[in-house]
Amino acid sequence: MDRRAFLKTATLPCLAACAAESAVAKPAANDAQFTIEARFYEKLPYKKIKCKLCPRECVIDDHERGYCGVRENRGGTYYSLVYSRVCSAHVDPIEKKPFFHFVPGTMAFSLATAGCNVNCKMCQNWEISQSRPEQVENTYLPPQSVPALAQRYNCPSIAYTYSEPVVFCEYVLDTAEAGRAAGVKSAVVSGGYIQEEPLKQLCRRVDAIKIDLKAFSEKFYKEVVNGELKPVLNTLVNIRKQGTWNEIVYLVIPTLNDSDQEFKGLARWVKTELGPDVPLHFSQFHPEYLLKNLPPTPVPTLERAKAICDAEGLHYVYIGNIPGHPAESTYCPKCRRVVVERAGFAVRAIHLNRGKCQFCQQAIPGVWDGLLHL
Amino acid sequence: MDRNPGTSRRNLLRACLAGALPGRAAVQGKSKVVISRDSSLRPSGGAVDSSRLLKVLDRAIQSIYDADSPVEAWKRIVRPGEVVGLKVNCLAGRGASTNTVLVEAVCERLQQAGIPPKNIVIWDRLNSDLESAGFQVASRKDRIRAIGNDASGYETDLAIYGSVGSLLSTTLTRICDAVINLPVLKDHGIVGVTMALKNLFGAIHNPNKYHITAGDPYVADVNMLPPIRQKLRLTICDAITPQYEGGPSYMPQWSWPFNGVIASRDPVALDYTGWQIIEQKRAEKGIESLRDVKREPAYIARAADAQHKLGTNDPNLIEKVEI
Repeated sequence: MDRRAFLKTATLPCLAACAAESAVAKPAANDAQFTIEARFYEKLPYKKIKCKLCPRECVIDDHERGYCGVRENRGGTYYSLVYSRVCSAHVDPIEKKPFFHFVPGTMAFSLATAGCNVNCKMCQNWEISQSRPEQVENTYLPPQSVPALAQRYNCPSIAYTYSEPVVFCEYVLDTAEAGRAAGVKSAVVSGGYIQEEPLKQLCRRVDAIKIDLKAFSEKFYKEVVNGELKPVLNTLVNIRKQGTWNEIVYLVIPTLNDSDQEFKGLARWVKTELGPDVPLHFSQFHPEYLLKNLPPTPVPTLERAKAICDAEGLHYVYIGNIPGHPAESTYCPKCRRVVVERAGFAVRAIHLNRGKCQFCQQAIPGVWDGLLHL
Repeated sequence: MDRNPGTSRRNLLRACLAGALPGRAAVQGKSKVVISRDSSLRPSGGAVDSSRLLKVLDRAIQSIYDADSPVEAWKRIVRPGEVVGLKVNCLAGRGASTNTVLVEAVCERLQQAGIPPKNIVIWDRLNSDLESAGFQVASRKDRIRAIGNDASGYETDLAIYGSVGSLLSTTLTRICDAVINLPVLKDHGIVGVTMALKNLFGAIHNPNKYHITAGDPYVADVNMLPPIRQKLRLTICDAITPQYEGGPSYMPQWSWPFNGVIASRDPVALDYTGWQIIEQKRAEKGIESLRDVKREPAYIARAADAQHKLGTNDPNLIEKVEI
C-alpha cells in the first residue's frame, strides 16, 4: 500500500467516526458549506484582490486561486474554500506534534484541511498539503462541533496540524474560540509564514504554537521551501511578544541545513531573540516527496546539533523521531534530573509540581497543568 | 523516463507510435506557425459563423501539413483507434475561453478522419469550468465526452521534471492517446501570456504552485512531463477574440476581434508568435510592454533552451504564414 492510499484509508474511518458521532457533522456535500469570505485581503481594481494572509501577498485575478490553492477570487471577493472542510482528523499524543511543554501525556484532537502556502521538497504530508480541497476527501466539521468531539475522545486540546493551519486561518480562529468557551485548548503546528495581523488574532485565541523552522538560511528557504526565512523569524519574535506558548522544530536534512555554523547561528538567534527557555526540537529527516535522494539524518548529526545548542546556553533542546533517545526527555536545567520522562510519544513520568521541578523547585516553563508557566 | 503508473504496455506502445507520427515529432528546420483569419467571421458582429470558422481552421491545418484536403491533413495528425483529447481553456467562462464553435469544428474533422465520437474527449480542470464556457459535461463513453479533471481524477504517483512535481490528470494519462491543445490567445496577469505551453497547467493537480516567478521555469518543466510531451500533437490557438490586457479573466474592454486561429506543431514557436501579437496590440493601444510591467513570459525562452528543446523561439527559425 502506498502512502497516499494509506492516508486515505487511515484517515477516513476517523472522519467517518467523527461524522457519525457528531450531532452536527455532515458528510461533505457541496462547495457552499465550506466557503466563507476570507478575512485577510484587499480589493484591487478590475476584480483583482491582494491576499494579506501570508507574506507572499498573492495578487489574484477573478476565478483564480492563491499559491495555497484553497482561496479563490470570485468576482472580486476572496473566499476561503476550506472552512469546516476537514480532510484529516486523528487522535494523537500531543508529543507527536511535537509539543513537550504543553499538557504532556495527553491526546490532541488533530485536524487539517487541504492546502499549504509553501511547497517544501521534504513534505511528509504532501498528499494533502499540496492538493486543492476538491482533490481530497473531506468531512464537514463546523467549528462548534469540534470541541465536543475533542472531549468525546478525551482530548484536552485541538491541534491544527498535518498541512498548514495558516491557510485555514478563519476556521482555526473560530474553532479555537468555540474550544475556549468549552474549556478545550488549541495548539497550532505551522511553518510560521504568516503576516502580523492574522498572527496576532491567532495568538489571542490559541494556547500554543509550534513553528517548523525549516532552516536558518534564506538560501534553503528559497530553494527547498519556496518561501522566506525572515518572515518566519518575525513570526517567532511576535509570538513571544504576544505571550503565546511556543516551541520550535528544526528538521535536520543531511547536507542541506546541518552545518555547525547554521546550528550555532540558530542557537544564538533563539537565545537572543526568544530567550533560552524556548524548547527546540531537532528531528530526523526521512526521504519524502521531492527529496528522496538523501538518506535519513544520522543520529550523530542530531546529537551534534543538540550539543552545539546546549553549549550556546539553550535550556531545552530535544532530539525527535528517534524513539528511546535520552534527549526525548525534559531535564531540569538546574539539577539536571529528568522532570518529564518520555519514550517515543509516551510519557512515562512527570516530576513537576505546579510547573516546578519536584527535586529542586526550579520553574520549568510550559503549560503543564492547564496554566501557562513562564 | 519518469515512472508513469497509468502507462500500460499497450499505451506505451501507442505512445511510441505517436512519437513516430508527424504530429508532434521533433521539429526540424523551420517551425511553421500559421495564422488563419477571416474578417467576416462574425458577420453580424455577434455569434461566430461556424461554416466560416471551419474554413479558417481548414486553411490552417492544410497549410501546416501541406495537404490537399482538410481530412487528409487530419489523418496525418491522428489515427483511427486512437482516443483524442481536446485540451480546452475554460477558466474565464464565456468570452475568454476556447470557443465551442471551434471545438465543434475540430470534432467534425476528427470524425471525418476516422475518429469516432466515443474516442473524442474534451477536457479541462473542472466540470464547472467546462460548463461556464458553454460545454455540456458528458461522461458517457458512447459519445463525445466533456469531462473535468475533478471528475476523472489524478494519478497517485508524482510526475517529476526539474522544478515540478505534480499528479497528472488521468484523462491525459489513461484515456487519451493524443492531445490537441486548444488554448486562447490572451494576456496573463502573472506569467505574461497564456497560450499553448501554459494551457497544459490544466493537466496537473497543483498549478497554483507554479505561477510564481512568472511561471519560469515551471511552465517549461510541466511541458517536459513525458505524457504531455509524448501525446501532444498539435496546438490550435483560439484567436477569435484575443485579449491584450487584464487576463486571464474576461475583460471585454481589452479584447479585440482578431477573427482567426493560430496553429502550429511547435508550441514554443506558437507562443512566441502569439506573444508578439499581444505586444503589438499593447503598443498600438499605448499600454506598456510586458517587459516594462515585469510580466515578460521568460518561460517561452526557457522552453526553447538546450535542456528543454520543446521548440524554437528564434524568429529566424519560425516560418510565419498568414492566410
